[in-house]
Amino acid sequence: MPETAATVEFRGLRREFGPTVALDGLDLTARPGELLALLGPSGCGKTTALRMLAGFEHPDSGEVLVDGEDVTRVPAHRRDAGMVFQSYSLFPHLDALDNVAFGLRMRKVRTVERRARAAELLDLVGLADKGGRFPHQLSGGQQQRVALARALALRPRVLLLDEPLSALDAKVRLSLREEIRRLQQELGITTLFVTHDQEEALSMADRVAVMHAGRLEQCAPPSELYGRPATAFVAEFVGTMSRIPGRIAQDTVDVLGQRLPVDGPVPSATEVDVLVRPEAVRVRAETDGKSRVVATSFLGAAVRVTVRLADGTEVKADLPAHEAAGLTAGAVVGVSLPERPVLVAERTR
Amino acid sequence: MARLNLWRWGVLGLAGLYFLVPLAASVVFTVDVPGQGITFDAYTRIFATDGFVSSLLLSLELALATIAVVLLLMVPAMVALRLGAPRLRPVVEVVCSLPLVVPPIAFVAGIGTVLKWGPDHLSRTPLFETFVAIQNPDFPFVLVLAYVVMALPFVYRALDAGLRAVDVRTLVEAARSCGAGWPQALMQAVLPNLRGALLNASFLTLALVLGEFTVAQLLGFRPFAVWIVNVSGSQAQLSVAVSVLSLLVTWVLLLVLAGFGGRTRPTSRG
Repeated sequence: MPETAATVEFRGLRREFGPTVALDGLDLTARPGELLALLGPSGCGKTTALRMLAGFEHPDSGEVLVDGEDVTRVPAHRRDAGMVFQSYSLFPHLDALDNVAFGLRMRKVRTVERRARAAELLDLVGLADKGGRFPHQLSGGQQQRVALARALALRPRVLLLDEPLSALDAKVRLSLREEIRRLQQELGITTLFVTHDQEEALSMADRVAVMHAGRLEQCAPPSELYGRPATAFVAEFVGTMSRIPGRIAQDTVDVLGQRLPVDGPVPSATEVDVLVRPEAVRVRAETDGKSRVVATSFLGAAVRVTVRLADGTEVKADLPAHEAAGLTAGAVVGVSLPERPVLVAERTR
Repeated sequence: MARLNLWRWGVLGLAGLYFLVPLAASVVFTVDVPGQGITFDAYTRIFATDGFVSSLLLSLELALATIAVVLLLMVPAMVALRLGAPRLRPVVEVVCSLPLVVPPIAFVAGIGTVLKWGPDHLSRTPLFETFVAIQNPDFPFVLVLAYVVMALPFVYRALDAGLRAVDVRTLVEAARSCGAGWPQALMQAVLPNLRGALLNASFLTLALVLGEFTVAQLLGFRPFAVWIVNVSGSQAQLSVAVSVLSLLVTWVLLLVLAGFGGRTRPTSRG
């Protein structure tokens, strides 16, 4: 829909609310036409960043650029950014069609034209027959679809999604997730998507920006974020990660009686934690093993086994259901890692 | 269920009797003149009595002006309070509730004192003219000012209830991201969803102004309520007829206002 998709750039954004620092120098660029997810725990500043792009918040310092043009001082209604809110943002006094046409009415588009365009957009989100319904007559998922159509009505250069799925139930969330992604790719519109749900971010986004305490931790495609987390925070926030104590010896690390190469820079400290994903941990029943199974939980295709090592550390491992058959709580086991480079982080405890 | 229904009808009937019996008695008293049979003489005399139309019109004008002023004052203030300074809300609530605590008699004594400053201290200043102008007996604006203050508690509560039912901040932001400037966002996204609250506030203000006696009487003006009392002193039948009529007038006005509100839908979400 937009002739050319826009580039969005945050430069050194800083914002304080009283004593709390919401944004502490955020630098981030969204490439034209990509879906960039802002992921982080609550209070990490992701929503503040989005609202700055929408024009609802103003940075104490730093700037927001769209296609290289500084929009930091441009008021919200001239920003050319469509926004979908968490929930309940439809105008209760207007029916679905008029909600979608609201922006066009503000732009003084003629009635016939704007009704046609609004109907077209409702069709795009699969609600062509619901134009006459009022928001309170629509389900939560339908309301968010209308909100999406409304956000797209003015052909914005950027689409902003502020946790649009968080108020919906699981099933609707999944289907709407796919639909948003489909629309976004069809329209090729640069989209920023704020979420605290890592699964949502990993499954939808072209790239995910993980934020923590007002700063960017890492911005990378989902597979890279999962496989090669740049920081310990990312490693533990995205997916499940266990820490196993190890010792650095030159550029290798001694862990669980194995000597494995270190992935990435080697920390200066010798006492480190090795970070491992549950699917990379091997657990085998061994009569002379030093570890014990603490708990198992059935996940479907796999069984997640929690093992307590000799030194008391707990490690999570995902095993195929048939391998985990004999492992019940209390079973004596041996734990090992595959012969691959491992991530290490300085010990925090 | 049958028993419950019986109870309901019983309670409704009792409440109805409580309201309707005195009303019916009043009506009967005015139309059934001993020795003459049924006659509407009392009602026709009302229209002939000097001051009926003018005092009623004055009351209506005062009510309209009060509604306009109090809404123009309170709606922007309360929306701003929601958006900009939620922590000031208790302060505003207390200020708006004060007129309930101050008796009208004390209130009017204060106003009277201030109005006396005009001739006493300000006779050489342009302010004197202002003091004269607001006491113009054809349209005493000083009454509008007083009624605005007296209506504050009711208007505050009505608007507060309306604003609670909508997420003003999100509505404004949604409108702004759709390309609406601030005034447009307020007029087209927030106000239509406050229609119920605005109507309620107008109802209460209208009823208050039509029935207000103390302030108007003590400041020496003659709106409808004062006129009724003045008339009733001399003719018993006439005064009751006027009361019945004033009740009907108020009802009709409230119905008109409700009709004006038109297709009112509940502002709250289901």
